[in-house]
Amino acid sequence: MTVKTDKSEVQSTWDGVVADWSADKETFAMPWGKLMMWIFLLGDTFIFGVFLIGYMAARMAAVEPWPDTEAIFTMTMFGHEFPLLLIAIMTFILITSSGTMAMAVNYGYRGDKRKAVMFMGLTALFGATFLGMQVFEWYQLIVHYDIRPWGNPHGASQFGAVFFMITGFHGMHVLGGVILLIVMARRVHRGLYDKKGYAVVEITGLYWHFVDLVWVFIFAFFYLL
Amino acid sequence: MTTDTHHTPPISLFLKVWGLLFVLSFFSYLVEYVGMQGFWRWTLVLFFMVLKAWVILRVFMHVKWERVSLQLLLGLPTLVIFVLVTIAAIEGNYIEGLRLQFFSQ
Repeated sequence: MTVKTDKSEVQSTWDGVVADWSADKETFAMPWGKLMMWIFLLGDTFIFGVFLIGYMAARMAAVEPWPDTEAIFTMTMFGHEFPLLLIAIMTFILITSSGTMAMAVNYGYRGDKRKAVMFMGLTALFGATFLGMQVFEWYQLIVHYDIRPWGNPHGASQFGAVFFMITGFHGMHVLGGVILLIVMARRVHRGLYDKKGYAVVEITGLYWHFVDLVWVFIFAFFYLL
Repeated sequence: MTTDTHHTPPISLFLKVWGLLFVLSFFSYLVEYVGMQGFWRWTLVLFFMVLKAWVILRVFMHVKWERVSLQLLLGLPTLVIFVLVTIAAIEGNYIEGLRLQFFSQ
């Protein structure tokens, strides 16, 4: 039996894995920056994972009842009370920004520079909107509901600590993503990647989608459950 | 360099997934809105959460089109998180027991 090292000839899944690792060349055939972004995101997964697990442990160990998020995050509109309305809108905005980012990546690979830059800008705009709404949410929590990292009048004192830390850390990621998007959109626009190819748009996109991915978990664990 | 990770799936696919994410988010909001509690609330919220995460990862982050080596690189370490979940759950339960035993009237 001959060992197949040419990746195009490989048929079975595991043969492919073995070939990738045993071939006498780089294991992951992709731009260096993309692989590094994946490794960074894997590390970030663990940071958020540990935060969320810490939240679980703190909530399980709390003796007082956990504050009722439904009551805290309710908004009244048109004389009708909507639970979690602001959070739901923030979720939809972040998903939309993920959609526009996917379009930017797609247009980047099609070589349509103008549209890629446009969609990156749009994504940054949605990200900034999300941030603005999060600032408003924090303002309401701090000023109107009197929630502090060390205690609150609605129940277990641990709520404020984990809430501000985790949503704050996520917000920092969004802020970083918006800055990254603006910088990269400018660089693409200036034509710095015309010769190298637009893999950089995908790398920026990976980061942005990850931010959206983390929000999926925060939305479920903090607001819905 | 960008040879075999270079895929340009049709834009319609992304629009469909985008729509799906909207629908899934709407459903998880609906769980809250109708005030479902207990077992079904947890099951449905977690179900929609996992589905959303799966779709974002597979389609938006292009993992579906990556080689299995990269999928394993991302998937295997992440699984280890569940070990920590188990340990932290046991710990959390234990602390709660101690607090109830020693700090309540």
